[in-house]
Amino acid sequence: MKKKIESPAELTRLQSELKGRIDPAQPCIAICAGTGCMAYGTQKIVDRFREEIQARGLEGQVAFRTTGCHGFCEKGPMVVIHPDRIFYQRIGIDDVPEIIEKTVLGQEVIERLLYKDPVTKQRIVHEHEVPFYGRQMRLVFGSNGLIEPTSIEDYLAIGGYSALAKAIGGMAPQAVIDAVITAKLRGRGGGGFPTGWKWDATRKAEGDPKYVICNADEGDPGAYMDRSLLEGNPHSVLEGMIIGAYAIGSSHGYIYVRNEYPLAVKNITLAIEQARDLGLVGENILGSGFSFDILINRGGGAFVCGESSALFASIEGRAGEPRAKYVHATDKGLYDKPTCLNNVETWANVPLIIDKGADWYAGIGTENSKGTKIFSLVGKINNTGLVEVPMGITLREIVYDIGGGIPKGRKFKAVQTGGPSGGCIPEAHLDSPVDFDELTKLGSMMGSGGMIVMDDRNCMVDVAKYFLAFLEGESCGKCTPCREGILQMRKILERICQGEGRMEDLDTLQWMGQAIADGSLCALGGSAPNPVLTTIRYFRDEYEAHIKDKKCPAGVCKALITFSVDPEACTGCRACARVCPTEAATGKKKEVHTIDAAKCIKCGACFEACKFDAIKIA
Amino acid sequence: MSEMVTLTIDGRSAQAPAGTTILEAARGLNIDIPALCSNQELTPYGACRLCMVEITHGKRTRLVASCIYEVQEGLVVRTETERVNNVRRLVIELLLSRNPKHPRLLAIAERLGVDKSRFEVEVKGCILCGQCVRVCREVVGVSAIGFESRGTDRRISTPFNVAPVDCIACGSCAQVCPVDVIPFKEENGVRTIWKTNFELARCEKCGRYFAPMRQLAHFSRVTGLPLEHFTQTCVHCR
Ligand SMILES: Cc1cc2nc3c(=O)[nH]c(=O)nc-3n(C[C@H](O)[C@H](O)[C@H](O)COP(=O)(O)O)c2cc1C
Ligand code: SF4
Ligand code: FES
Repeated sequence: MKKKIESPAELTRLQSELKGRIDPAQPCIAICAGTGCMAYGTQKIVDRFREEIQARGLEGQVAFRTTGCHGFCEKGPMVVIHPDRIFYQRIGIDDVPEIIEKTVLGQEVIERLLYKDPVTKQRIVHEHEVPFYGRQMRLVFGSNGLIEPTSIEDYLAIGGYSALAKAIGGMAPQAVIDAVITAKLRGRGGGGFPTGWKWDATRKAEGDPKYVICNADEGDPGAYMDRSLLEGNPHSVLEGMIIGAYAIGSSHGYIYVRNEYPLAVKNITLAIEQARDLGLVGENILGSGFSFDILINRGGGAFVCGESSALFASIEGRAGEPRAKYVHATDKGLYDKPTCLNNVETWANVPLIIDKGADWYAGIGTENSKGTKIFSLVGKINNTGLVEVPMGITLREIVYDIGGGIPKGRKFKAVQTGGPSGGCIPEAHLDSPVDFDELTKLGSMMGSGGMIVMDDRNCMVDVAKYFLAFLEGESCGKCTPCREGILQMRKILERICQGEGRMEDLDTLQWMGQAIADGSLCALGGSAPNPVLTTIRYFRDEYEAHIKDKKCPAGVCKALITFSVDPEACTGCRACARVCPTEAATGKKKEVHTIDAAKCIKCGACFEACKFDAIKIA
Repeated sequence: MSEMVTLTIDGRSAQAPAGTTILEAARGLNIDIPALCSNQELTPYGACRLCMVEITHGKRTRLVASCIYEVQEGLVVRTETERVNNVRRLVIELLLSRNPKHPRLLAIAERLGVDKSRFEVEVKGCILCGQCVRVCREVVGVSAIGFESRGTDRRISTPFNVAPVDCIACGSCAQVCPVDVIPFKEENGVRTIWKTNFELARCEKCGRYFAPMRQLAHFSRVTGLPLEHFTQTCVHCR
């Protein structure tokens, strides 16, 4: 398939031909080969499946796909067997022959490999019936499970590039922009800026060439949705960019992706080559006269390089430092030319809007936040993974219905949204909707989609300190409030955790937080105080406990806690004595144990080891 | 002559040519805005954040660095609001934690009503205003020094921390430094800067050491005139 497609109509013909080649009744094994699952050793299972299919001579009858991330990383390695979408989780190499024998050939379900609902204890057969997926709305991310990311044919067969054909074939550039404005799409990279307006401003700006850029720097700790999109469905991002370039009148694009994402780099590079071979990228796209090409720029992985002016500097070969310029990038961005920078997920939303219509898209979500958002749900939560939810869903639904609640029956304390400089939202606000403006009102933000769940064993002062330490390390150091301010805030928090806090520290922290936010040059410093400000706002009692009572209620800050054995609960099982690295926990078998405070280094190993809840932290 | 723009600063009407920064326009009205990283001869940098002012344009009110933000028709600027002063006080306290003694910083602190820094002091001297780096690159034209590392480890250094290859020992960096922390010494015909000794040329007429040989060689390279043209006599005796 090397011949260039010369018109939108020809593209449509190719799509139906490719679709026709797939027999919908044919069994297909789709195995998740996303980053999470690969870390569980999925490659060996993939190899085993291939061997088994070959050994049984099933090549023509059974399709086998290695797909991008399915999202439910907690339960990998996993396969979905089409057409029925039977879902097997935590499979091993030895399960492979049985899956083929019984399920693929024999239509029989293997109970053992099914997902068990932790609440109802019922085994669930089909992927779409698993509650983790049931409450999601996987418009952008859902195709990941259906296609091989390295196959443009797969993408075309599920209707990929239809939106491009529609835009180029029958819509004027301004009509495309108007559709994105009507859809009220807002940027998924953090700021939530209306995408259509940004496109419009870039289109109207003077200068040549104009650039469109995809921001795939994704530096938030624990976040991997952009990575999973680029790895699992690179053509959807590419299609969005080509449509954007057409609308804006741009001939040059860049994808700025961190070098630590080799598979994402590989898959998007291949996708661009495939699209170029078919005439979807390059000169005279689909015979329309419109030309557009894309380069990949690999970033060194600094968090601050995700900031727009730092990102431009980095592409231009200068140090990745934000520049204080009061000119919009849409007028003077990369190389001082009109530039439209959007996030990976933002671009991936574009084909949907064009394909299904702006009104359809605007029908999903809240008044001012439309469509869906992908979050990486991590922390103290049963179902970690990537979840895509409609805007407007409540945080409670995400945490409890999709996330399956808090492990070990512990108590929910807070959910942090918005990445390292987001805020911590308490139980009292769990019924708030996922919405750009609502999250901002709570002192947090949508950010790019990190969502970290915390339970009663997380100390909020310690959490604030942790995020500040991260941001301190990522600050470029150019401007005073961010460089020195975060450092000094962190030092104050450290003092509080040591039991040396003073009540006036809380006022100082709040005062500093406001001034750092107001005074910093870029949004890194501008948002860095959020974790401190929100934890003081919602968990002031915890700060006061550290300062006034010299206690850490969550039992985390080592200087403020002691470990002891509850004689009532201790059974003398010796579990604590066995794990204690300093021999502080001692006792005879079947007798009550003790902890020698002088030897105890407060590592918490005994607490984790005790099955009888006999270790008390106070 | 470029187009004139009318704006309001602290309730007073001001006129300034388009392209002027708010800081320059305010100085024209004798309004004092503290500033440490700005220098009229150099590209605006906007890093110390002392010169923040509050602006209202249309409906939006926000804080901007006046050393970079250019005047706009109808702009309303307020240079001393509570928010502005809070940022400035924080900045000066933070800078005092790196350099607690320099009279220039103490004077700014006093003007802002800050008597001392509440923060833990770790003396570094340099406040990272970047004037030295910019003067070397933009005025001298050699880029002998630059920033190294990031975040709180950020510092000014010569490439790889060794004797600077491109330095011509002109001393411009030491001269622009607002807190005088770049060591600069002249003794027995030798100028020492960036931990490196540079030989000085001696005037054949008056016998005084007048300029580093490296600097004169740089002049010769730039102008294409022979080296002797510069090295033999000092400007006074020429
Ligand atoms: C410190 C910092 C880091 C950022 N990192 C990212 C990032 O990794 N990915 C991203 O898309 N946007 C990031 N942004 C936001 C970008 O500056 C920019 O707003 C965004 O890419 C615009 O795209 P959007 O409108 O589609 O959201 C970051 C911003 C800051 C201040
Ligand atoms: S706010 Fe932080 S990251 Fe941004 S320019 Fe200032 S020092 Fe650099
Ligand atoms: S003088 Fe404006 S930021 Fe330093």
